[in-house]
Amino acid sequence: MIVRGNETVLVHGITGTQATFWSDKMKEYGTKVVGGLNPKKAGTEHLGLPVWASAKDAVAASDGAIDCSCVIVPPAAVKPSVMDALDAGIKKIVILTEHIPVHDTMYFLSAAREAHASVIGPNTAGIVTPGECFVGFMPAFNERVFKPGNIGVISRSGSLGTLVCLNLVQAGFGISAFVGIGGDPVIGTTTKDALKCLDEDPTTEAVAMVGEIGGGMEEAAAEYAKTMTKPIVSFIAGAASPPGKKMGHAGAIVMGDKGSYAGKKDALEAAGVTVLSTPSTLPDVLKEHLSA
Amino acid sequence: MNFEEHAAKPLLRAAGIAVPDSGLARTADEAAEIARKIGPCVVKAQVPTGKRGKAGGIALAASPEDAAGEAARILGMEIAGFPVRSVLVEAQVPIAKELYAAVLNDSDTKGPLLLFSAEGGMDIEEIAANHPDALVRLPIDIRAGLSRERLEDAVPAIDGVDRAALLDVLAKLYEAYASNDAELMEINPLIVIESGDVVALDCKFTLDDSAVCRHEELAGSGTPDKLTELEQRGQEIGFKYIELDGNVGVLSNGAGLTMTTMDAISHYGGEPANFLEIGGNAFTLGKQALEVVLDNPRVESLLINFCGAIARTDVMTGGVLEAWDEVDPKVPVFWAISGTGEDEARAMLKDKLGVEPYPTMDDAVKAAVEAVR
Repeated sequence: MIVRGNETVLVHGITGTQATFWSDKMKEYGTKVVGGLNPKKAGTEHLGLPVWASAKDAVAASDGAIDCSCVIVPPAAVKPSVMDALDAGIKKIVILTEHIPVHDTMYFLSAAREAHASVIGPNTAGIVTPGECFVGFMPAFNERVFKPGNIGVISRSGSLGTLVCLNLVQAGFGISAFVGIGGDPVIGTTTKDALKCLDEDPTTEAVAMVGEIGGGMEEAAAEYAKTMTKPIVSFIAGAASPPGKKMGHAGAIVMGDKGSYAGKKDALEAAGVTVLSTPSTLPDVLKEHLSA
Repeated sequence: MNFEEHAAKPLLRAAGIAVPDSGLARTADEAAEIARKIGPCVVKAQVPTGKRGKAGGIALAASPEDAAGEAARILGMEIAGFPVRSVLVEAQVPIAKELYAAVLNDSDTKGPLLLFSAEGGMDIEEIAANHPDALVRLPIDIRAGLSRERLEDAVPAIDGVDRAALLDVLAKLYEAYASNDAELMEINPLIVIESGDVVALDCKFTLDDSAVCRHEELAGSGTPDKLTELEQRGQEIGFKYIELDGNVGVLSNGAGLTMTTMDAISHYGGEPANFLEIGGNAFTLGKQALEVVLDNPRVESLLINFCGAIARTDVMTGGVLEAWDEVDPKVPVFWAISGTGEDEARAMLKDKLGVEPYPTMDDAVKAAVEAVR
């Protein structure tokens, strides 16, 4: 999912400390933030923007539909908040909140599928379209880290994604879109979904794909990568990590050895993707691919 | 959070699934007492790991005296690093057939997944490897729940098994999974007894850590993670700290960046001493993080690698510098800082310690590894 500069954004939980800091940054950068939600403060203003009780109220009060919801509410409030956005007809939902019960996530992802809405996250640092807008917790405004260009970046992690964008920009590249997909075990937009989106994006000429050990998303993305002509360079974090403690026994087995570093690296390499042992060499390798 | 058999089975019973009579014993005398009430029994080690049987942690006992003897033996054991502190003394049941059933959160289908096999009694790894065709995988829409029709379609008829009773148990297993915010609810083996009834002989339950707060009724019955003293401290403070064997201390933010920092240390020939990330909402804990990472006596050099997205590098750096004089680090420290708040963070570092961060993470990692060679 990519959000464009002309798309309107509603911040769920806009009055919180983090949300206030980042909503202000988003506005300043050019994101069209139309207002926010907090049922207890409905009717007031925050950051000079209207505060509504629900997404339905927000849509009713705005000219035209709202394109995107940015959800920054406490974990227990996320499920009703996302259902509210879906009921209001919002089709892009970026969920930044961490520690959401997975059964809640599966519930609203099922509802989003039915509503033909896209969900990014939960537990994502957000998405950036350099030069246009950003939605989330990303330092889009830092010119050492982000500037417009033609490299699409996918990352589960905000901090590592930031480092990769920094490396690219410092090496003279620009970013077409940063898609932070989130660190939770069950997420709306997978690595493969993000890869497909960047493949279809005309500005993107090559993709930097940052993965992590655990789950099977990189393997699924590898299947899609086989169909692509745009070059993909990848780094998978976690080669030196001890085996995950959180993986349930049956979960680990259903995936086979898919969650392991070796399994991911093999799957990606078999699909023609270059897998690097450190993210710092990413710009050099991309240069080789693009000049080839 | 994992639940041992004795803590997981009551959840199945509450959902209406038959489990054998049992009692939990912490001493041989208690085991004998339970055996006197329930007759011939099985004495089972309670540890949060599989393969208890192969390790000798499960034994049949015909009499209370046998039960006491086996309990005394098993209570002295250590299985996969876990000392056995209790045993479940459970009535023996006549097994006609062993099946497998589980429901888990599936990241591929983004919903619950029911797994069922008519071949049970072995690990799911073995079932998947040896009987892949016998493994039923049924994705479930959590909003719709699991309908009888879908179960009927998915689960094959099995000789000697009362089909209605089996489907009923699978439906109840799904209810137990759904009502307890399970990551995994597994019955292996699910047995058919001679009468045709279906009974859960074992159960493994993993509660979603993010849902613990809405299951107060389960508080205290899960098995706490086995943590070192420092890991325990990290958990109490509110960040994820994992102690490792190396000597290069790591203080970073975000799971992805921290893993990458460890990968880079390993790539340049060093060994990380820990995983420690203060990203997300923990980025204000710079001071406590510095204390914990340096209290590990193996740490000979310290790598501080901040790359700010939500976690502001100025706030993290400020926290670390605030603790600096008090902690008084005795090992060389190597910094890399970029992202949100980096200008302020660099200025603070320069002001307080008179040092500049390394230009890149790789430069800082190389220096930190070089320092302990």
